[in-house]
Amino acid sequence: MSVTVSIRKQLRGFCLETDFETSQGCLGILGASGSGKSMTLKCIAGIETPDEGYIAVNGRVFFDSGKKKINLKPQVRRTGYLFQSYALFPKMTVLENLTAGLSCSKPEKRAKALDWLERFELHGLEERYPHQLSGGQQQRTALARMLIHEPELILLDEPFSALDTNLREQMQLRFEALLESRNDVILVTHSRDEVYRLCNELVVMEAGRVLNQGKTRELFHNPGTVHTARITGCKNISPIKRLGEQEVYALNWGLRLRLSVPVEPEVTHIGIRAHDFLPVQEGEGYNRVRISIIQRSEEPFEGILLFTNAGADIEAELQKLWWKYSPSLVRSLPEQLFIPPESVLPLRG
Amino acid sequence: MDISPLLISIKTASAAMVLTFFLGVFAAKIVADIRRTYWKMILDGILTLPLVLPPTVAGFFLLYIFGARRPIGQFLVDYFSVKIAFSWEATVLAAAAISFPLMYRSARGALEQVDPNLIYAARTLGLSEWKLFWRVRLPTALPGVASGGVLAFARGLGEFGATAMIAGNIAGKTRTLPLAIYSAVSAGDMDTAYRYVLIIVIFSFLAVALMNYFTLKEGKTKP
Repeated sequence: MSVTVSIRKQLRGFCLETDFETSQGCLGILGASGSGKSMTLKCIAGIETPDEGYIAVNGRVFFDSGKKKINLKPQVRRTGYLFQSYALFPKMTVLENLTAGLSCSKPEKRAKALDWLERFELHGLEERYPHQLSGGQQQRTALARMLIHEPELILLDEPFSALDTNLREQMQLRFEALLESRNDVILVTHSRDEVYRLCNELVVMEAGRVLNQGKTRELFHNPGTVHTARITGCKNISPIKRLGEQEVYALNWGLRLRLSVPVEPEVTHIGIRAHDFLPVQEGEGYNRVRISIIQRSEEPFEGILLFTNAGADIEAELQKLWWKYSPSLVRSLPEQLFIPPESVLPLRG
Repeated sequence: MDISPLLISIKTASAAMVLTFFLGVFAAKIVADIRRTYWKMILDGILTLPLVLPPTVAGFFLLYIFGARRPIGQFLVDYFSVKIAFSWEATVLAAAAISFPLMYRSARGALEQVDPNLIYAARTLGLSEWKLFWRVRLPTALPGVASGGVLAFARGLGEFGATAMIAGNIAGKTRTLPLAIYSAVSAGDMDTAYRYVLIIVIFSFLAVALMNYFTLKEGKTKP
């Protein structure tokens, strides 16, 4: 797959200015709601028209506002779009939904549709109407309806947000299997878990702009900017004062911290992921923080502790720190937490 | 009792409903698809006019357009030997013109309520715009469109003013129920008037009940 997108579109409230290129695998677009990520997907599918720019997929130009003035109809772009609400045609049966856009003889259509229904464990439901299906069945129908056209590029718009937790995990595993066999997918979501799981490449968007792009795992492990850190789920972020080559003072927490890498001059903040604190025995040492509990909340498999640094030397108004731990491993709360230097992420503002 | 007014009225209202159905749905599609609010407002205003104008004014316009001595009326007479004014067709024309806004507005509302994602999905799935309209948009909007049709039928059945202007009140030809009631009352024949009134009340009530049935059904099939 190769996708090139470089578009501008004036929207209510902000201007969408998306620029990215991707050459392989499943691309994730991560952003808060209203960041323009869905609109970007709609422009690729041709459902919406950008004010200006260029869109090409696998060498085929979909849109070009330059001299050539190209704007392919969505009908001929051969993109499959999976809508958040599935957009199944309510007055058509499952079978009719699948065959609606096919152009071949009737028996051929039927055979093809039944084959796809079989693949998605929907056999026997072909005469049902969408409102007679469960949420999972609706999604599988929408998926089958999209794949029956053998699209060149699959566009997934928040595909799991309408499912309950249980079903969501099942469907994510199914998608993981599906995506392994194809390499032409763009997934739009606000869930960092989904992109981490499903996408090897990632574009981070905010207020209509691309903030960061790269390999998903790299961006999670080294987000580089405050915003990317926040959107990839980093709970603890503080501005810093540089103390030495590999040492900083975190202003929000009154904490001296060592890093495993040199602190570049443009670094203005640091981030610590909530899972990266390690409980330690009482004692002296670097990168330790003494806990002063603010709030503790436990779920069956994850605990959250909000705390401040009890050992801060100045009595400034300290910001809360988040620690996420596994309740089965941490039976009693420790006095101190250790932050490994490699877990202190240097960030640009 | 002369039942010819009832037959003429039913024939007229049915023909007018078929005419308004296609014209109304067509107009509704055009207006629903206009993106500029400005043009939408103007076009909507023009198409809704027959609803708010006195029917006699609408009839006056019709006469102005289709009168035997007007260009279009003249054209129809010259080339098709059809004289619209004061014929049965004129009752259809009057009923259609007056009931058109009801059909158009119901259809437009129903079309605009169709989830845009359905339209988008149909496009990405390769459905042509024509197929998309007849197989996705219209069926989804059908309860609203159908209730518009029923309303248009009921209104067509009761049409008086414009009919009197362009079709006249010719017994057995253009005398519809409302005109027959008017004539009966003018002639002091209250018994006949009562019967006609009863018939038209029953038909109108059935139409409204049918419309409510469509609306109710729509609520039930929504997931």
